Amino acid sequence: METTRISRREFLRWSLAGAAGLILGDLARHTPLLAAQPRPAPRARSVIQVWMWGGPSHLDTFDPKPNAGNDYTGPLNTVVETNVKGIVINAALPMLALQADKYAIIRGMAHGNNGHETAAYMMQTGHAPGVGLVYPSLGAIVSYFKGYSNGYTGLIPPYITLTESQGRFAEEGFLGPLYKPFATGGDPNQKIFTVDGVVAAGITEQRQRDRRDLLHGLDTLGKAMPTEPAFAQLDACEEKAYELILGDARKVFDLSQEPDELRDRYGRSKFGQSCLMARRLVEQGVPFITINYGGWDTHKQHFEAMRQKLPEFDRGLATLLQDLADRGLLDTTIVWAGGEFGRTPKVDWDAPWNGGRGHFGPCFSVLLAGGGFRGGTVVGASDAKGEKVVERPVYPQDLIGSILELLGINPDAPLPNNRGLDLKVMPASEDGPGRGRLKEII
Amino acid sequence: MYHRWLMTVILLLFATICALAAPPVKPYEAETWTTPPNGVDAHVDAALKAQGATWRNPCSDEVFIRRVHLDLIGTMPKPDEVEEFLKNPRPDKRAALIESLFTRDEYADYWSMKWCDILRVKSEFPINLWPNAVQAYHQWIRAALRDNMPYDQFARALLTSSGSNFRVPPVNFYRAVPNRAPDGLAAATALTFMGTRLDTWPPAKREAMAAFFSKVAYKKTGEWKEEIVYLNPAMTEPVKALLPDGTTAMIPGNADPRETFANWLISPKNPWFARAIVNRQWAWTMGHGIIHEPDDLRAANPPVSPQLLAYLEAELVRARYDLRHTYRLILNSRTYQQSSITQDDEKPALRFAHYTVRRLEAEVLIDALCWIGGQGESYSSPIPEPFTFIPKGQRTIALADGSITSSFLAMFGRSSRDTGLATERNNQPSDTQRLYLLNSNDIQQRITRSPLLRDIIRKSKGNSQEVARNIYLTLLSRYPTPQELLVLQQYAKKPDMQPQSVLVDTTWALINSKEFLYRH
Repeated sequence: METTRISRREFLRWSLAGAAGLILGDLARHTPLLAAQPRPAPRARSVIQVWMWGGPSHLDTFDPKPNAGNDYTGPLNTVVETNVKGIVINAALPMLALQADKYAIIRGMAHGNNGHETAAYMMQTGHAPGVGLVYPSLGAIVSYFKGYSNGYTGLIPPYITLTESQGRFAEEGFLGPLYKPFATGGDPNQKIFTVDGVVAAGITEQRQRDRRDLLHGLDTLGKAMPTEPAFAQLDACEEKAYELILGDARKVFDLSQEPDELRDRYGRSKFGQSCLMARRLVEQGVPFITINYGGWDTHKQHFEAMRQKLPEFDRGLATLLQDLADRGLLDTTIVWAGGEFGRTPKVDWDAPWNGGRGHFGPCFSVLLAGGGFRGGTVVGASDAKGEKVVERPVYPQDLIGSILELLGINPDAPLPNNRGLDLKVMPASEDGPGRGRLKEII
Repeated sequence: MYHRWLMTVILLLFATICALAAPPVKPYEAETWTTPPNGVDAHVDAALKAQGATWRNPCSDEVFIRRVHLDLIGTMPKPDEVEEFLKNPRPDKRAALIESLFTRDEYADYWSMKWCDILRVKSEFPINLWPNAVQAYHQWIRAALRDNMPYDQFARALLTSSGSNFRVPPVNFYRAVPNRAPDGLAAATALTFMGTRLDTWPPAKREAMAAFFSKVAYKKTGEWKEEIVYLNPAMTEPVKALLPDGTTAMIPGNADPRETFANWLISPKNPWFARAIVNRQWAWTMGHGIIHEPDDLRAANPPVSPQLLAYLEAELVRARYDLRHTYRLILNSRTYQQSSITQDDEKPALRFAHYTVRRLEAEVLIDALCWIGGQGESYSSPIPEPFTFIPKGQRTIALADGSITSSFLAMFGRSSRDTGLATERNNQPSDTQRLYLLNSNDIQQRITRSPLLRDIIRKSKGNSQEVARNIYLTLLSRYPTPQELLVLQQYAKKPDMQPQSVLVDTTWALINSKEFLYRH
């Protein structure tokens, strides 16, 4: 592993590349290829983001505090030894305990914001709000630098959301709609995973072809203005759409091609099958997949919800890590699991919460695995009750910056925007006030 | 008096020389003009002549009724409305239709949607208005448009109000910004009302303009998410600010600097205010600004026809900022009523002078699909307190909140409402939109369950020609051509083709046609 570590000298080269980017100015602004070179070879090719929106409790998952008392732990008051000596997690995650050698736990995640929409923006873009700009999410950045404008040729869009779009802010930010995620819709846990527009139920291939002929036969306005550029654009989109509708690429969504035994291991839940789907997309070379995994905003009756939620999460994510490793994909695939914040360590037992946890941005946990992140590690620590970061705080910009680094995306590359401003991906100077990028696990 | 008489002579002369350049393309173009030329046309004619360009043919009544419905009320005309209009022999029926559309509920809905894009009305990041204030603000904007509040009063209310975001809705202008510092407020004001991007100004001028907003302050109340916008009473020293035209303003310590700015802004002599809005009106209806982008007014981006712009500005001021007056001028012009069919030798500089085809906005398209499918979308907001109640079957153009989660609206490029830039709305086609329209269960279900189709079958009594006529009238606001009927007959004759499939596939093909998806 040492040989592929990014040395200080390479870091210097990066900065020089950044300077070159500045000199290239406008030319580089709209050509990610130019702006992105030269740089060290990327170690990660794809990212699977398990977005636990609503915010999972860090105490009930990766930062347990069994000695903090019932007002903090509730019934989830036991821990489990993992397969890495010295690392324990909440006993509610027994399968993940057996995968700890593959992941790093960030226990000092912090941004201090307790509002869903602002916290989600910070965690997904790494930028602070209030500057009058909406930066693109990490997924949109990856889709810009590793998508169609930079060598990606797959028919499956480069930024996929399983299954519903998130919608708390516009993920493409100022990059514009080309870099929006493609939300599949449907449910991979159903007999047929119908994907909006790609896999429809009940239309034979012959009928698809007949329909296309009919559409062209009735294209009266199009024929009246054959040189209209707006229509040429639509025709080009149509051609690409049909490559997917009539071609083989859509078979990636056919989960019946997977052995039943493996599907069972992932868990027969929407989340479990989404994890399996994500692995299949990684195999196809899709660079960014978000599993939009809601249900963590448990203000009321938190522990009842966790009884259903945690086993499903444990099974799906643990199997994903094992499966990626078995196929040799984990080295090049980053898995990032976490939400926009954690939850209040102290439980609110009173009505109407009846054992609930609120939003908590000052201290929470995030899991990182694969793609060059060193597993079997814990970064940072919280205090005895999980209320404060006491060691190695990690800020959203440190997290996003580290992932970008492993993906080989130049942090100083310019980002195009609709206002002609000089904006960059995530320069190292924008690291958080702590120790910055996660060099200890890269 | 004299100049009005002269104008009439010019217009008459112009009318006589306006014979059709090329034979009309059926069914999109008419044989002759029934619309008299107006003041707009004289200026456009001069611009065309200066470039050696010609007029396009008049659009047909079929095209006109669809176009003006989409442009004024964001809604496709119903088949009976189309039939009635086509049968109507009156030569002034187009003008009468325009008048009637101003009074429709959808007019207020559709234009509120457009204004809420510019005014950035949404609950969530980065605007964070929150649902209560979104509803109050949207209602205020909608009422202003419904009642045709003069545009200068509209701007003044937005710029000078103080009070609670729930009780004094226009104060939300100062809350609906991604940056609440004085320079952020100045940038939002300049973009909204002057159509100019403050980023392009020299820093000193930017700072001097920000001074007008330096006293704006915010405070919370005991009520959940209530916020008061007020002037900071601690700032008692006089404010020295610089108006965008270079005049220095000394504002006494007890005065509201926003008033000084607003008074300057809405003065008839102001070079920006009327120009920015009439240019926006032009871009909204014609598809391309006289200055383009319509919110990028600056010296280096001059109008293609300064005369036309000056004429519209003067008309708006003369009509005391009645926006419907300028809409009337544009929509009743031959310029607007030209065919959208491009000719070979068209000059890019003259894009403003012709009706430009463009894809329907996300909200307009989903409303049309819901109408066909007989079922509205169900919308909800992820913000729990207070839950936003959105009645079932609510039209999408009437949605107040730009944060309502919807894959469709995201896919089809509704405005993100982050900064209010016109480019935040994106009507470009994409592969994923195409996939959705060509091959989604959603579209298939809307067609197979369509009550409109059921009615058509019942009405047509098994006559397949009649079915085709009614489907065309419903979806494309016109009757099918003989060529199209032939294509459909051949399709029905394919082996193993079920009559039900012919009907479904015809509907599918028309929904996927350029004519349906694009205003034209």
